[in-house]
Amino acid sequence: MDKKMINKLIRIIISFFLVLISLLVNLDNVKIILCIISYVVVSYDVILKAFRNIIRGRVFDENFLMSIATIGAFFISEFIEAVAVMLFYQIGELFQSYAVGKSRKSVAKLMDIRPDYANVVRDGEIVVVDPDEVSVKEIILIKPGEKIPLDGVVIEGNSTLNTLTLTGESMPREVIVGDEVLSGCVNNTGILKLEVRKEFGESTVSKILDLVENASSRKANSENFITKFARYYTPIVVIIAVILAIFPPLLFNLSFNDWLYRALSFLVVSCPCALVISIPLSFFGGIGAASKIGVLVKGSNYLEALSDTKIIVCDKTGTLTEGVFKVQKVCSVGISDDELLKYAVYSEVYSNHPISISLKEAYNKKIDKNLVTATKEISGKGILATVDGKEVLVGNEKLMREYRVKYTKSKEVGTVIYVAIDNQFVGFIIIADKIKEDAYKAVKLFRENNVDKIIMLTGDLDSISKEVSKKLNLDAYYSELLPQDKVKIVEDLISKKDSKSKLVFMGDGINDAPVLALADIGVAMGGVGSDAAIEASDIVIMSDELSKLANAIKISKKTMKIVRENIIFAISVKVFVLLLSAAGIISMWLAVFADVGVSVLAILNAIRILRVKGY
Amino acid sequence: MKKYKCKIKGLDCVNCANELEEALRKITVIDNVNISFMAEKLTFECEEENKDVALENITKVIKKEEPDVTIEEV
Repeated sequence: MDKKMINKLIRIIISFFLVLISLLVNLDNVKIILCIISYVVVSYDVILKAFRNIIRGRVFDENFLMSIATIGAFFISEFIEAVAVMLFYQIGELFQSYAVGKSRKSVAKLMDIRPDYANVVRDGEIVVVDPDEVSVKEIILIKPGEKIPLDGVVIEGNSTLNTLTLTGESMPREVIVGDEVLSGCVNNTGILKLEVRKEFGESTVSKILDLVENASSRKANSENFITKFARYYTPIVVIIAVILAIFPPLLFNLSFNDWLYRALSFLVVSCPCALVISIPLSFFGGIGAASKIGVLVKGSNYLEALSDTKIIVCDKTGTLTEGVFKVQKVCSVGISDDELLKYAVYSEVYSNHPISISLKEAYNKKIDKNLVTATKEISGKGILATVDGKEVLVGNEKLMREYRVKYTKSKEVGTVIYVAIDNQFVGFIIIADKIKEDAYKAVKLFRENNVDKIIMLTGDLDSISKEVSKKLNLDAYYSELLPQDKVKIVEDLISKKDSKSKLVFMGDGINDAPVLALADIGVAMGGVGSDAAIEASDIVIMSDELSKLANAIKISKKTMKIVRENIIFAISVKVFVLLLSAAGIISMWLAVFADVGVSVLAILNAIRILRVKGY
Repeated sequence: MKKYKCKIKGLDCVNCANELEEALRKITVIDNVNISFMAEKLTFECEEENKDVALENITKVIKKEEPDVTIEEV
């Protein structure tokens, strides 16, 4: 609580006790005086504001309406009522500002990646400065436990980095000299020296903070609805109040005091503020919860749309698969698998082809280059090498045919490397892109969250695409596509679906900018550090896990559920209270009690989003 | 056009924020005015040479509409 709030709280307490004492006093005059003092203590700021606003011609100002209602109550001798209404109103206001402040703080805490300082090396000395003051190419030093203040490249030292707040990924990342590191990570173990690559304003941490802070400026439909509702609600209620005060007593000769009282009760619930606050508060919480798991949502409107996701279209390489070629299978004939791999690796030892790199990775043992006495590349086919005195052929089917090797054709999907020793076929090795472990989990989660169709688009071969699609149990795939084909397919899918269900496109954000923009919601994955991806997409997933999107859908559904609950709950209670007041069934202070109660409950409901665990 | 950001403090409620935003929209030298109540941020766009005029106008409107509200450029 800040000073302003404590001040208000003290006033509420004093006023409450004064009104309590007035209840015990029997003398009428003392009673009235106590009530007036109590009233002034709790409401002088409201009355001052009302006065200031009415001079500017604001008739529908909440302060003004509350003042009229309570002063009116004084005139018809409802002294305690007048104080009670103001008391409840102020308690509601106090609670509201407390709740808003609290959720602002917790969202700020979720996004606690802003570095406070940088240790920069200048003239051989370490100077602590604001990250803003460091320029590109300067050297900064990061000690264990400190946040990395600017994007850069490691030039000295090695360490592990905690990227949890940045990507939601809990596994620490190892970094060595030459690695690029992003600002916002926390240095865990060793001392690192970095050469700065980007100024603070351009660094990852600034971009992310900027994105999240601006998110609440793109308003969702439900927010616009409630704003519109608020615009009409107050004038309508006030006009009805005026009608209630004037016509029934005039036309039917009913008690003026009674109907004035009913009209004043209307004014008490005429302020829409408490209702209005809970909606942006919910979205703010939803966006905060999403950024906690490493999903940046660029606006409330996207969070709202995400809850209606029915079709997910994704890119294959790098999104569903790891995008790295790996040895998937070694099938030897006559020799051991290990030996087969060894001969293949030795033959490819001088090659820098991606295939030989993945072979070396799979072999992962020391290579004695002396054993390789000759290698000859046969363009487009493979390699002929002499290893340990033996003639080894490593390559595709064409190579086998050229050297008339009798080989068994592989039925596996992927790139097949055949190996022959002294013209004798000894087996083959399958190299393929691997499906991410996380992709299986993600598909399952998508289905659980009512996604009807999951479709894969890829430029890759049909046989490989088919395999991936089958393994992941996707609904459809389109293969061997050019970038413009992807646009066409997505356009087609969008025209066929109804406008309420949303289409999400997910890609790495580098080649799919047009499709990202075209989809209802464009999601870029592994987007940290890639400007293009952050620019083109509506949602950025900071790690490369697909399942994060499923979790974000879950958060969006939860947010929307709470938003709808709040809208329906608050509006119906308001209408109900208005009806009861018009009928003269409930008293003014009960009306304000219901009104404040509703807003407190709506706010508590909204804050729930931030507390949810287990995404 | 350049984008500017200000911290905006002292707003009582979302409604007041929306109304202030409407009032600020009428300033001619600035575009795309936005107030985020939750983030306590005021953002607007204007030509670089008009920045001082823009801020002056914004302060004037705020003083008239919501005297308790303060802004601070970031």
